[in-house]
Amino acid sequence: MTPALEVRDLTIALPPGGDREFAARGVSFSVGRGEIVCLVGESGSGKSVIAQGIMGLLPRTLPIAGGAALLEGEDTVRATAERLRQLRATRMSMIFQEPMTALNPVMTCGAQLDEVLVHHTQLPEAERRERILAILREVLLPDPQRIVAAYPHQLSGGQRQRIMIAMALILEPALLIADEPTTALDVTTQAQILRLVAELQARHGTGVLFITHDFGVVAEVAHRVAVLRLGELVELGEKHAVLKRPQHDYTKMLIGSVPRLEPHGRAASADSPVVLETRDLGKTYVDRSWFGRRRDVVAARAVNLAVRRGQTLGIVGESGSGKSTVARCVVRLIDPTDGEIRVHGEEIARRGHRALKPLRRRVQIVFQDPYRSLNPRRTVGDAIVEGPLNFGVSRAQALERARRLMTLVRMDPESLDRYPHQFSGGQRQRICIARALAMEPELLIADEAVSALDVSVQAQVLQLLEEIRAQFNLAMLFITHDLRVAAQVCDQVAVMQQGEVVEYGPAEEVFLRPRHDYTRALFAAAPGRDFAFGGA
Amino acid sequence: MSAPNYEALSVEAAAVVRQQTAWERVRASASVRFGAIALAVLIGIAIAAPWLGTVDPALFDAGSRDLLPGKSGEITTLEGETVQHTFLLGSDSFGRDIYSRVIYGTRISLAVGVGAATLSLILGVLLGLTSGYVRWLDGVLMRVMDGVMAIPAILIAIALVAAWRGGLLTVIVAIAVPEIPRVTRLVRALVLTIREEPYVEAAIALGTPTRKIMFSHILPNTAAPLIVQATFNCASAILVEAILSFLGVGLPPDIPTWGNIMAEGRVQFVEYPHNVFFPGIFLALTVLAVNILGDGLRDTLDPKMAKRV
Repeated sequence: MTPALEVRDLTIALPPGGDREFAARGVSFSVGRGEIVCLVGESGSGKSVIAQGIMGLLPRTLPIAGGAALLEGEDTVRATAERLRQLRATRMSMIFQEPMTALNPVMTCGAQLDEVLVHHTQLPEAERRERILAILREVLLPDPQRIVAAYPHQLSGGQRQRIMIAMALILEPALLIADEPTTALDVTTQAQILRLVAELQARHGTGVLFITHDFGVVAEVAHRVAVLRLGELVELGEKHAVLKRPQHDYTKMLIGSVPRLEPHGRAASADSPVVLETRDLGKTYVDRSWFGRRRDVVAARAVNLAVRRGQTLGIVGESGSGKSTVARCVVRLIDPTDGEIRVHGEEIARRGHRALKPLRRRVQIVFQDPYRSLNPRRTVGDAIVEGPLNFGVSRAQALERARRLMTLVRMDPESLDRYPHQFSGGQRQRICIARALAMEPELLIADEAVSALDVSVQAQVLQLLEEIRAQFNLAMLFITHDLRVAAQVCDQVAVMQQGEVVEYGPAEEVFLRPRHDYTRALFAAAPGRDFAFGGA
Repeated sequence: MSAPNYEALSVEAAAVVRQQTAWERVRASASVRFGAIALAVLIGIAIAAPWLGTVDPALFDAGSRDLLPGKSGEITTLEGETVQHTFLLGSDSFGRDIYSRVIYGTRISLAVGVGAATLSLILGVLLGLTSGYVRWLDGVLMRVMDGVMAIPAILIAIALVAAWRGGLLTVIVAIAVPEIPRVTRLVRALVLTIREEPYVEAAIALGTPTRKIMFSHILPNTAAPLIVQATFNCASAILVEAILSFLGVGLPPDIPTWGNIMAEGRVQFVEYPHNVFFPGIFLALTVLAVNILGDGLRDTLDPKMAKRV
């Protein structure tokens, strides 16, 4: 029997003047019927480009330079535009990372599903409707009648992704390409979607090409794994073989970089002075329009936390849990509406703009997005000396300090007069850390500081943060949605859900003996929890 | 299992693709080149006006009225001498040389265009920054701007010129005022987006004073769309000046502006169309050059806006 997909020697060119000649080079693999093959790689490895090449969706600037992609024996690389249109949805289909942008916002979900059937079948309306309701039931959407009439914005992210899956599978294609379908979702939703994809493809015998950067997801769903590096396939094999006995150094490095899901077990100083303490901290947003009713949105409620010198407190939770709100209140980027924030015993929650200046020295923050955390029009040096200059340090001294810090974060001190766009994401995050350290703070807040980074870079930045915490005896508040990251860095962990801390205690306790149901649910949803990563 | 060498294997460093700088993209744009060259030629004409075979644009001679283009005639200089002169583009009903008047008119048009654009930009930026950053002033300022925008620009300009005495500076201010709300709105919108950027929050956390955040973090990042807006303001200012002059409410009629020349020639348009035609051509070409330059700058400096419009 021919496999659902066989990719032979696929080579896709990059426009001239790029950092390399090919987006993908000589890539060969196959996806059998009823098999899930995970295509894994870091950003820029060419995994999405390969998917687009198979679907015939590549932009003109990325021409296919050679090879073939055989969909049940038929080459899609050489197919005409008309033939590709016929093949899509009927024999191959694709789901994307962000379901909101993939769905048409002005059409109901039912109409969008119906469109697929109208284009590719001659079914009468009543049968089409039956089919739509059946597939909606199959993707486990509650109340299919209501969903049919709903617009995409009325659904949650997970529900939208289910609609996308329904749309992709309604004509029972031989091949489903899933391009990072759970990356934008919360961990509990992700677990449900992964389970759904696996169930459906097993039931229908669909071949799935699953693109992801997350080895936890690979461990959950894959049958076989293909690892890409800079457009070249470096390793291909059975999941267990690849994850447990990786052959190529690059695969070893990637798997070794995945943080373990068990607490690090370092001894934390329990009696060092408390640097940060919040008492019943709360933030309520009041939405008051001219004519509408007043609407209160509680972002955080009655949050009690304490961080000691030399200690890392992790706040974990899903999106909308209020973890970033707490961080931003502590830095006083936003004004808390209730409770107290004490830094070394000094209450700062009610301080005015001017009176906050001393706080700026003591509390520093590193943000999530390294591409937006540095002003694109100012040099790296200007960014690092800005804080010290604000506090009356002379420019020469500040620059001297900046050079030392660049060395500390393992960057070339000579690159101080370069601009942010000349650095990669990980390098920029190092620069942001140097900028925060230039203030010689006592409390460093990392707000999802490693979430946007590739796993190997993430490991390096985590290691750097840990070294810095130890060297300067810093108190650290570490905000993350990733339990694995939290396990690696935190001494104490607070789990937040809908603005409230539901569980708070030493990392060992929370990770090994979770008490709250939500914490247990989070752990159960963590992808790849049964695999012991981070062996290196 | 030995630990692999992370730094060597990481593909991070390779991920930095060298991007063209904004300046390189601007220089490569055909529209920018065309617009810039055309404008440079016009500026050259404006500066070199006295040496381009012109006479004083105010000189007239009763004997040389209504000459067709290319005809020779006499003209009386300020010293009272009468000299022979070829009227390249003909003469008007006072016997003034249209060629000289059109060439000298370039000076006025460019001065008004650049002056009004600069003035509206400076005031608009100050108001927009204030509005975007000082939240309690925002409502009041923006309602005032809405009020100004509710009145047709040309009416405000006419009213302002009528209230003051006609002069170059008056006209520039009168044209700039109705443009201010548009710049203010643009800057305010940009400020509202940029102030949410993490790098601005980082600056706040570093204790950087508000004034410095506005001028050294936010303002430089508004530059690209502002430059684009400024070119469009410049083109519209040149047009509005011509309209005001044509309506007789701009600069005094003895000053050679393209609008004034056209207004003077309007009465005899059927017999002597060149009176209107030549200044009209100059006006159209200038505005076209500025707009093409603006389009090119928009495409290269502000690609997001280019897709939106």
